[in-house]
Amino acid sequence: MSLYEKMAWLFGGVGVVLVVASLVAYRLSRSKFAERQPETLDNLKQRIKAWWVMVAVFAVCFTLGKGATIVLFAFTSFFALREFISLTPTRPSDNAALVLGFYILLPLQYWLIYTDWYGFFSVLIPVYGFLTLGIMAALKGETIDFLPRIARVQWGLMLAVYCISHAPALLTLPIAGYEGQNFLLLFFLITVVQASDVLQYVFGKMYGHRKVAPNVSPSKTWEGLIGGGLAAALVGTGLWWITPFEWWQAWLMSVLIVALGFFGGLTLSAVKRSLGAKDWGVAIQGHGGVLDRMDSVSFAAPVFFHATRYFFGS
Amino acid sequence: MNLLSEALIGAMKLLVGGYARWIGALPSARQRIYFANHGSHLDTLVIWGSLPRALRPTTHPVAGADYWGKTPLRRRIAGKGLNALLIDRSGSGKPGEALEGLRVVLRQGDSLIIFPEGTRGKELLPGPFKSGIYFLAKEFPEVELVPVYLENLSRAFPKGAWVPAPITCSARFGKPIAVGPEESKEDFLARARQAVVDLAPVPEAAS
Repeated sequence: MSLYEKMAWLFGGVGVVLVVASLVAYRLSRSKFAERQPETLDNLKQRIKAWWVMVAVFAVCFTLGKGATIVLFAFTSFFALREFISLTPTRPSDNAALVLGFYILLPLQYWLIYTDWYGFFSVLIPVYGFLTLGIMAALKGETIDFLPRIARVQWGLMLAVYCISHAPALLTLPIAGYEGQNFLLLFFLITVVQASDVLQYVFGKMYGHRKVAPNVSPSKTWEGLIGGGLAAALVGTGLWWITPFEWWQAWLMSVLIVALGFFGGLTLSAVKRSLGAKDWGVAIQGHGGVLDRMDSVSFAAPVFFHATRYFFGS
Repeated sequence: MNLLSEALIGAMKLLVGGYARWIGALPSARQRIYFANHGSHLDTLVIWGSLPRALRPTTHPVAGADYWGKTPLRRRIAGKGLNALLIDRSGSGKPGEALEGLRVVLRQGDSLIIFPEGTRGKELLPGPFKSGIYFLAKEFPEVELVPVYLENLSRAFPKGAWVPAPITCSARFGKPIAVGPEESKEDFLARARQAVVDLAPVPEAAS
């Protein structure tokens, strides 16, 4: 099958899933369920609508190519970082550090990915950004809360820019015998993460009892994690034919993505809690903010990138 | 609406969101004076741009001529872009003279956006208010006085910074206040300031 045939099948498949989901939501809205749990139903409808938009955006990116995809993720990072910094109590004197992060490091990171400069994009923020932010804050001379202040900006940049940027970086990964098909790897990652999020939610609602970390996230249960995670791993295994992996390797990769996605959600919930908020923002109806959707991706993308690079890269 | 306004508001929304939160008042074509805390040069744009499109042509932000009138570009942005009314803040004229331009606008039936602190502050909460708002409230009792709290702006674009950092900002509109018949100037100014302070969001207790 050619790349385009594969993509046609994939988008067709996702389209069918979304049509079925939309029909189910329509049926539910005309049943007793709508009276008993109107909020759950509203949330479901908004989620389905947001997925239609996401799939459409992805299809457009695929059609336009690597540049468009990188720009899409750069904007995603921008809004995710904006949400992170907005909730974080920075001080007016942090303006210069934020300007450096938003207007220099963020575009530079994505430009380095675009030009395929692996040796630089993988150290830009953890090394140069890390050191520069400290130096700038020290030169500014304000020592109140010095460490928490620079740590917050660095966390924001690592999560929202560095980690998320590894998703489009999959497009640049050289894999022998897989040339020109890297978009499918990105599709694989996003599909497994999204499937994992929704299946964990569904399994958690149906069977959830034991909470993994009740202080951090009341909605995350062991039943949801294991049931939803295994189901999502099955989805990933079923997609082995679009990846450079054997079916069992696809299963292992899916488990890795599911586990990191889960811990991403959990860790960011803890960050949110410590900042006294429930959602990161209001950007996507039914999904909270951009970071609420991207928390799993931000943890799964860099590890999936490096695992694939280590075992399959050429 | 002209292209310059659209471009300014578009850029502002991309960078800082500029969401309107109608907490104690709803958008209305009634004649109003919006008064807000002042922390950045973006304040004017955020309040004016967060108003519904239909209200913008008849709502004039009041801006200092010493800054916004200094170069032709700034004058153009303030006048054509933001529909602003420039006033002299130097205090060289007779007392109350600076308000003359505001009175003209109010007599026309248009609305105003004012920053009663008179200058940009660095703190989250506003400093003491100057008395202009009291005199306007006395002279134009039929005009609604709407308090507005601008959230995060002093963080996004503080005094002395070159470019705004993208931090989500919002304009929180509160319940209108009016000056009481017997109320002293000091009492009213303190109450007006408190109306803005009360709109500042209290962070939910971390749990």
